[in-house]
Amino acid sequence: MQHHAADRSKSFTRRALLVGAAQTALFGLLAGRLWQLQVDQSPRYALLAEENRVNQRLTVPPRGRIFDRTGVVLAKNTPSYRVRIVRENTRDLAATLASLARLIPLDEQQIAGILQTARTQRAFVPVLVREGLDWEEVAAVAVHSPHLPGVVLDSTLLRAYPHGEVLAHVLGYVGPANSDEQAADPDPLLRLPEFRVGKNGIEQSYDHLLRGRAGRRRIEVNAFGREIRELDVDDGEPGHDVRLSLDMELQQFCYERLSSELSASSVVIDVHTGAVLALASVPSFDPTAFLGRLSHQQWKEWRDSPRTPLVNKCIRGQYPPGSTFKMIVALAALEAGLVTPGYDVFCGGHTSLGNARFHCWKSHGRLALYEAISQSCDVYFYDLARRVGVDGIAAMARRFGLGEPLGLDIPGEQPGLVPTSQWKRETLGEPWQRGETLVIGIGQGFMLATPLQLAVMTARMCNGGRAVTPWFVRDPNEPLPEVGPIGVAQVNLDHVLEGMHRVVNAQRGTAYRHRLALPDTQMGGKTGTSQVRRITRAERAAGLHKRKDRPWEHRHHALFVCYAPTAAPRYAISVIVEHGQSGSAAAAPIARDIMAKVLELDPSGRSLAASLR
Amino acid sequence: MVTQARIRPAELGLVEKLGQLNWALVVAVGLLGSIGYLVLYSAGGGSHEPWAWRHGIRLAFGLCVMMAVALFDIRFWFRWAYVVYAVAFVMLLGVEVAGALNKGAQRWIDLGLFQLQPSEVMKVGLVLCLARYFHSAYLDEVKRLFFLAVPLAAIALPAVLVLKQPDLGTSLMLIACGAALLFLAGVRLWKFALAIGAVTAALPIAWASLHDYQRQRVLTFLDPETDPLGAGYHIIQSKIALGSGGIWGKGFLQGSQAQLSFLPEKQTDFAFTMLAEETGFVGAVVVLLLCLSVIALCLVVALRCNHQFGRLLAMGIAVNFFLYVMINVAMVTGLIPVVGVPLPMISYGGTAMLTTLFGFGLVLSIDVHYTTNIPRFPTDL
Repeated sequence: MQHHAADRSKSFTRRALLVGAAQTALFGLLAGRLWQLQVDQSPRYALLAEENRVNQRLTVPPRGRIFDRTGVVLAKNTPSYRVRIVRENTRDLAATLASLARLIPLDEQQIAGILQTARTQRAFVPVLVREGLDWEEVAAVAVHSPHLPGVVLDSTLLRAYPHGEVLAHVLGYVGPANSDEQAADPDPLLRLPEFRVGKNGIEQSYDHLLRGRAGRRRIEVNAFGREIRELDVDDGEPGHDVRLSLDMELQQFCYERLSSELSASSVVIDVHTGAVLALASVPSFDPTAFLGRLSHQQWKEWRDSPRTPLVNKCIRGQYPPGSTFKMIVALAALEAGLVTPGYDVFCGGHTSLGNARFHCWKSHGRLALYEAISQSCDVYFYDLARRVGVDGIAAMARRFGLGEPLGLDIPGEQPGLVPTSQWKRETLGEPWQRGETLVIGIGQGFMLATPLQLAVMTARMCNGGRAVTPWFVRDPNEPLPEVGPIGVAQVNLDHVLEGMHRVVNAQRGTAYRHRLALPDTQMGGKTGTSQVRRITRAERAAGLHKRKDRPWEHRHHALFVCYAPTAAPRYAISVIVEHGQSGSAAAAPIARDIMAKVLELDPSGRSLAASLR
Repeated sequence: MVTQARIRPAELGLVEKLGQLNWALVVAVGLLGSIGYLVLYSAGGGSHEPWAWRHGIRLAFGLCVMMAVALFDIRFWFRWAYVVYAVAFVMLLGVEVAGALNKGAQRWIDLGLFQLQPSEVMKVGLVLCLARYFHSAYLDEVKRLFFLAVPLAAIALPAVLVLKQPDLGTSLMLIACGAALLFLAGVRLWKFALAIGAVTAALPIAWASLHDYQRQRVLTFLDPETDPLGAGYHIIQSKIALGSGGIWGKGFLQGSQAQLSFLPEKQTDFAFTMLAEETGFVGAVVVLLLCLSVIALCLVVALRCNHQFGRLLAMGIAVNFFLYVMINVAMVTGLIPVVGVPLPMISYGGTAMLTTLFGFGLVLSIDVHYTTNIPRFPTDL
């Protein structure tokens, strides 16, 4: 028995030591695992823990304001007050809402909705009660706030446009970023629901300057998302203010003056710098409608109106330039040395090419270049066009900025169209017809130009032949870039300007009735009337094409381009009245009134203050 | 007189017994409990509420129980060994019946002051039962297969009952602890190999009988990232907490994972994670070494004990404690599935600490009475 006991004891000792060793080994395994997690992979897990712990919240900086050249505010931010409620800070949520309903309008349904939302949120998350409070409501809530625990009154900034529709096409508007905009721009601001990105106009093209840089708050949060403490704050940078070349008083005047017509547009630029002083398109729309919820009905009405209120016609409207194009044809002929100003042509009311007959608007008799321009004789320019050829005319047109976007610093510019024989072969697959050259000679046919292009064309004629381009914003600290010559002889430009001078100031000029009523200052210009549709032989025979009771959309467009003062040109204007019937009757008086206002204000004399940008 | 006292230590007075106590073990266990107090203080966000002070009271009570158990003669525990097992077994049956009646999982008996988990009591009961059974066995007998029928049943019955509760972790602990005692008692190794082979073969059947949530635990364990917000959340957050603790830890009360509630169950099953996040690899290893030293002290007690009952009992208690620590730490470090086993002396929870301290009380008693002679078939105790 003793023997057995000793055996058993020995066996136990052996096995107990074995168990002890196994336990030690397994603890070693645990220590190894801890080493792996806590030493080897520690950096990775430290990062994950930090991601758990720290929440980065972005704050939206105030958007930069927009001013006109004299410092008038065109776009600003106004505070919008809202009331929110934090469930955990209220003693009784329903009772607090009931007291709140005595101060601001809240119906049963809204209260039920708020209670519902509050129940589904964590107790510390603020729930929106109402936004867009007026001053009286703000005051009422503020006064009673000691008795309203958990009620939070704060404000957000909303974009405001004091001049509304007058500047809607220039400024554009702001709205929540869509997925395309988010995909194209890595700025974290675009991911914030309360951020508004510039849509269209200056708001879009200078968005990066206006929006500023997002502020950052790093917050420690717990597993339920409650904020524990603020770790650090970066306030970000508010958006930069932007100053436009525009003169608000002039813009306002243009808009109101154009409003006498159903659908019209006008551009005023400085001929030496290219600064856009006014850019008005009538009718327009209320940009604040896009800030809130735009009703579908309103949207449809705007979209479907034949007067196209949503379209900025100054840069997107493309019209045959009509007789305003005749200066280009004249310059093409003069520059090619084909004619001199004394070259004369007999106008018998029409000319023929093969079997086709090309009409003038009246029988002028024999006339030379100055009179051909001032009386807008079509037969004279049929002749010049035939001599120069379409490609020569096109080359001259392009020197004056027609046929391509001019790079104005708002989006949406249309290129217009300057046809060439090559263009027709490539796009229509047909050879150029000689008759089409004649039509181009009077700015009809395939020719298309925007009001902006016509203003720039006029500027390049009267500024000494320099290739100015239009702009709204320039860095005031940098000198304006040198503008190169377009390569047209001054003497030829002077011949054309003389013709334009006579349009307005010679008794038989087409715009003589609309000359400036100023003692020392005169303007030069050119009328244009462009056909919307071809006049049939039958219509011409019946005289229907001149009748005023034709449907509005069948009437001719009325155009006028002008510059002033003729002695030392400074300003160029283009006016297009859609379906205005006659350039001299509809467009010229508007242009004259605007020019008078421009000369009175002399906006280029009002300097762009260097303190703002 | 001295020799007399050595030979018959049962005759020692209370004061003398206290002098004979294995104070190293007492101190090591007390230290672990105190570390638990600090961990729970931190888990409460730097507050004695709601866990730390109750843990402290339980610790004090448990230490008193441990000392009391230690002062009883080891023959007393020998005599009552089967009774303790039987009581634990009846309680297990009781919760099973109550659970069936309430149509839900029931793991404890409400004693008013605290909730008693019979499965915890069974861990000590099983060790007592097996130690007494093998105390009477010759090595030759142990080698007979038929002789093992009784201990195997003694292990299997409570294990099945606990598994039905359902508590996979405790059930596995009972089986592992029982197996360790069989091994220590001298059961041949090939029999274990056979058993392991049989279990492997039975695994598909066991898989079929597992509860859905238990299967889910195993599946999420295998790939926790598949369900990062659901069942895998525990393991992922625990690993983040451990890993971000680094070598030296984030500092007491500074563990962001635990303090900001990213770490679930930080006061119970994941207490070790919290400790390791705040005190780092160094703190975690110190605690593991402390646990290992407790196990080593028990091993020494077992080795110098005169009687087989004491040897097996001391080793059984040590193995039980080892399994707690091993399973808990392996679980929170992502080595095994989340099975819901607390870290004794540190996790918040009454029964586990009380039964652990009761067990250490038995080890102390064995040590005090290590020379006591217990006959193979005692007739007069």
